Amino acid sequence: MFMRHRYNGCLELLLEHISHESYQIKESALCALMQFASMEGKFPLQDLDWSEHYSFPRELIQAVVERLLSQEEDMALLISRFQEYLDMEDVRYYVMSSVRENVGRVMDKTKGVSPARTNVCLTYCVIVCPLVHFTAKHEDWKAAKLKEHKRTFERLWLGFLKYKLPSSMYKKVLVILHDSILPHISNPTVMIDFLTAAYDVGGAISLLALNGLFVLIHQHNLDYPDFYKKLYSLLEPSVFHVKYRARFFHLANLFLSSTHLPVYLVAAFAKRLSRLALTAPPAVLLMVLPFICNLIRRHPACRVLIHRPKACDDPYLMEEEDPSQCHALESSLWEIQTLQKHYHPDVATAAMAINKPLSQQEDAISELLELSTYELMERDLKHKQSKTVPLEFDPATQLLQGSGGVGVLGLNFSLE
Amino acid sequence: MGKPPKKKNLADKVRKTKTSTEIKNNPFEVKINRKKFDILGRKSKHDVGLPGVSRSKAINKRKETLLKEYKTKDKANKFIDKRFGEYDTKMDPEEKILQRFSMERQRTQDKKDMYNLNEEEELTHYGQSLSEMEKLNDMVDSDDDADEKGVLSAELTASHFGGGGLLRRKTQGEKDNGGNQRAKSRQELIEELILKSKQEKRERQNQKEESQVLTEKLDQDWKSIQGLLAHKNAPKADRLEEEDKPKLDEYDMMVRELGFEMKAQPSEKMKTPEEVAREERERLQKLEADRLRRMMGDVVEDCTKTQAHMSADDLNDGFILDGDEKPTLAYQVRDQAGSALSGKGPGRLCLVGEGTKLDGKWNINEEGAKIEGDDEEEGGEGESGEEESGGEEGSGEDSHSDLDSEQESEGGEEEVEEEEKDEEEKDEVPATKSQLSEEERKAQAEAAKTELPYTFKAPESYSDLKGLLQGHPADHQCIILARTQKCNHPSLAVGNKLKLQKLFGFLLEYVGELASRSPPELSTIDKIIPQLYGLCQLFPEAASKAMQTTLVDSAHRMEEVLEVKGRAAFPQLDMLIYLKITALLFPTSDFRHPVTTPALLYISQALTKCPVMSLEDVTSGLVLCCLAVEYISFSKRFCPELINFLLGVLHLAVQDKTSTGYSVVPPFRQNGKVSDLLVLSDPESSQTWSKKTLPLSATQTLTLTTDLDTDHYRLSAVATCMDLLKHCSSLYRELTSYSHIFQPITTLLSKHLPIKTYPAALQDLHGEILATISGSLTSRPLLVFQKKKPIPLKLFTPKIVEVLDYGKKRGNTKEEREKERLNHKYKKEFKGALREIRKDTRFLAREKLNEVMGRDAERKRKVKELFGSLATQEGEWKALKRRKNSRH
Repeated sequence: MFMRHRYNGCLELLLEHISHESYQIKESALCALMQFASMEGKFPLQDLDWSEHYSFPRELIQAVVERLLSQEEDMALLISRFQEYLDMEDVRYYVMSSVRENVGRVMDKTKGVSPARTNVCLTYCVIVCPLVHFTAKHEDWKAAKLKEHKRTFERLWLGFLKYKLPSSMYKKVLVILHDSILPHISNPTVMIDFLTAAYDVGGAISLLALNGLFVLIHQHNLDYPDFYKKLYSLLEPSVFHVKYRARFFHLANLFLSSTHLPVYLVAAFAKRLSRLALTAPPAVLLMVLPFICNLIRRHPACRVLIHRPKACDDPYLMEEEDPSQCHALESSLWEIQTLQKHYHPDVATAAMAINKPLSQQEDAISELLELSTYELMERDLKHKQSKTVPLEFDPATQLLQGSGGVGVLGLNFSLE
Repeated sequence: MGKPPKKKNLADKVRKTKTSTEIKNNPFEVKINRKKFDILGRKSKHDVGLPGVSRSKAINKRKETLLKEYKTKDKANKFIDKRFGEYDTKMDPEEKILQRFSMERQRTQDKKDMYNLNEEEELTHYGQSLSEMEKLNDMVDSDDDADEKGVLSAELTASHFGGGGLLRRKTQGEKDNGGNQRAKSRQELIEELILKSKQEKRERQNQKEESQVLTEKLDQDWKSIQGLLAHKNAPKADRLEEEDKPKLDEYDMMVRELGFEMKAQPSEKMKTPEEVAREERERLQKLEADRLRRMMGDVVEDCTKTQAHMSADDLNDGFILDGDEKPTLAYQVRDQAGSALSGKGPGRLCLVGEGTKLDGKWNINEEGAKIEGDDEEEGGEGESGEEESGGEEGSGEDSHSDLDSEQESEGGEEEVEEEEKDEEEKDEVPATKSQLSEEERKAQAEAAKTELPYTFKAPESYSDLKGLLQGHPADHQCIILARTQKCNHPSLAVGNKLKLQKLFGFLLEYVGELASRSPPELSTIDKIIPQLYGLCQLFPEAASKAMQTTLVDSAHRMEEVLEVKGRAAFPQLDMLIYLKITALLFPTSDFRHPVTTPALLYISQALTKCPVMSLEDVTSGLVLCCLAVEYISFSKRFCPELINFLLGVLHLAVQDKTSTGYSVVPPFRQNGKVSDLLVLSDPESSQTWSKKTLPLSATQTLTLTTDLDTDHYRLSAVATCMDLLKHCSSLYRELTSYSHIFQPITTLLSKHLPIKTYPAALQDLHGEILATISGSLTSRPLLVFQKKKPIPLKLFTPKIVEVLDYGKKRGNTKEEREKERLNHKYKKEFKGALREIRKDTRFLAREKLNEVMGRDAERKRKVKELFGSLATQEGEWKALKRRKNSRH
């Protein structure tokens, strides 16, 4: 009995230490606690009568989780440390159930962005368990059943997503949604509401929601009305500058790869993309130009966009939301012709492709998706090393002297 | 058996007597090869044959070769007839005999002395006939000996060898004159004679020495002026040569030298200003065409032309770009006349050193001569090497004399002087010989008041360079750099090229440091620019590499920051300066250029990724925009980032940001806390604003104390922005999507910008831009594919293959056909050879048979003879016996 008391006292001390300032102490406290938990599992404190069942120190884990979801400070590092233990499925199961109980409490109490919410979010992100390699060894035990696991997981997420999330968390969730959450939910269609809501938000969140939607449409037969219209309206000048542009264009490529799309739609996409390309940086242009060419290749009826023997003005309406109303099919891609005068040689060369009838082979754009300007620059530097370097023949005499045509810098700035 | 050959022989005889036409016309001689088919176009050589002729020919040939061999078979010895013309078949025997006879007669006639038995032989010594040697003995002797001999022969010989008559006559004359004078004894006379001759001899010797001294002097004189005359006055030199004639070897040498020297070449005449202008224009046109070609990027990989471009460049400013190949004299760099003389070898370098000492002409001459002598002593090099060195030496001297005269004419030219001193100090040779030039130099040294040292070691590291330049005003830094460059010119030493290449990198670094000081020392940078340009022209590869490294480093840093934060700060001022220098050193209009393309990418990266947080950022961004405009202004390439950024900057000046008809592109936000940066705080402040240029240092730190100042600064920024827009709007006039590109800007300018509150100058600019944009109605050309070359129709005309050998198997490969041909040939030859051998054996057998028959016939004849004689003997004996019997 005395030992029991000492043991409990020790546990409490350790639990307090989890909220200590120093990370080392926190970490060792956590490790010690988990060690205790595992020992407790093997040698239960009470002599249980159902000895055939496995026992688990549920209270201990619950206490640990409570501390981890502390409301005062950021536990990010500790949570990532805690992740190691989540590889064990029994631990994971009980952590999930205890988190579910806690989340409502935490979310209700705090408003706005707080460390608590981040903690919660992180925890969720961490519990993206690889449920696949489940052992069928302990069939009779609740914590080891795949179905149980899945159900807990689903309930956990649904409980979480009920709450209004700040945009950063929103993005985080959406990023992992399609490959970490959706496959593990027993009935993924429950996520439809969440995703459609996210898709309607607009901007970057919409871009991210696309991925989840795609999974639903593709695998779960979701019928989404005006999907392409929505996609069309997502094409904004900023789409070329956001962080998730690679993901977006990867998906857009997927969506538009169907050959059963109506011609007007494809034409509208091509025209809008090329119009937007007028504001795009070179790295993106290198990706967008083959993208447009691929569209035209897939839909030979769109060839009129780059080959129209009779003259016409540009009837395209940039402001029109509906791709069917924007008269893209009556227009031509003069923007690409403009880009033939782009300052970067590779872009100019890529834009030259429309001068000739397009080849049958589609351009592979997958490696172009992630291209950054810096990589482009490095590629340029590698491009020619051994050639002689042409030099400026006008002798330079001063700093602000004009080069090429006019000395704009000298006109507007002074050496001060 | 004996008959057929005899018959044939007869036939041969007959044939020989007949002419060839007779034979051909004789139907009995001609055999006609009957042809089965007449094939068109085939010429047959063998339709008519003359078997008799060919047989007799073959037999004759065998007789001459095979038979002879057969006859000499098993015989080791043979006779060779050495009589005249014995084996000459072309000679008639009579003629032969005649010739032999005449030769015999000649031999007997040649004998002069009947009794000289050894007349035919000639005694020789070392391959020369002794008699000849005896004859020419005198000639071999030295000329002064000959002289003495000649003189002596007049008097001495006369007296020595019975020249008594003369002596007597003399004495007689004296007697006649003197009368009372005692006749000198013979002894006295002889002594007098000897004395006289000795005196004469001494005199002659003196004279000779004198003349030698004179010639030597002349020689030296010649050498001294040779330097001056060698190049220009060839005829004069010729005259001098005549004087120098006696010393043959030197003369030879000189003639050779002069022969190979550039003989009074017409130097390039002074060009008239028009010519110069025209040439300049042509050069520029060529360069411009080159630039355009590179801009179009159609032949990007053409290296040779760019090389030409560079060499065209160096003609202009006297720099030799490919310094490694043609090391030049240091002076030629500034020698605007452009007579770039080049040479190598120790002789030239030595001369440079000496020449700069201003030791005077004599010294140089000796030096030159010494080198020459050395060359000759080395000997083995052969003629050409010698002459080459001579020629180079000449040119070197020439250059020196040019320089000399130049210096004398415009005595105050400091730099030349300084350089000379540089060189002098480097060589550390005391210049004491030429008084005049030293005085001059002293005077000029006083005139040049700079106290800078004249030589600089090329800095080995960046800190070296910094130490070198620190603490000097900008002008001095420039001079230091220039001198460093000259002292370490690639032609002076092997390692200098590398040093100077490094110097470019260090200088770039130094520029960066100057720019990042606060306040930035931009005027110093301004002064350094020509140096950078010069170095860049010398070493394009190294310069481009250094520039690339700088750019990549900076871009890499920016990229790292971007990956972490998603945004980056604007590049510092040093980077802006680097970008500007890039534009100055390298052509910005090329389709693809190893330096300028990455630089432009860097600018675009900065313009898209760096958010504008302050007025400093606005300034940096505007500088970048200016640079972008400069980069693309010649090639008129489209740069979307530029337009985006300008739009964003103008957006900063818009007051009401709620409902705009346009959307700004990142890094700008539609509305946010820093999106009012350029909105005027007080509209009244525009009254006092006047257009002035923004300082470059404002990209780093901007100290604006009052609101008024800030507002003025804002207005300046907006003005700069509008100016850039104006440039852009005129640059991109030809783009097909012109209106779409400028559509947001038009909307912003016309609807949202608070133009009413701006000063008049800005309003004018505003109106101008709008007019430009709206004034250019872009025509939309048809967007059609380029016309493809029509694929030619398939033609069905028969394929014609030239068949060269009829009746042969065709369609094989070339090798097979060749092999077949060779096989066929071999078979033919084999058969022919076999036939020949058969004929040979047949011939031999026949000969043998003939021989045997001949021998048999002989034997038969002899036996018959014997029988006959025996029979007669028998008969006689019988008759005798009968007679005896009858007698009895």
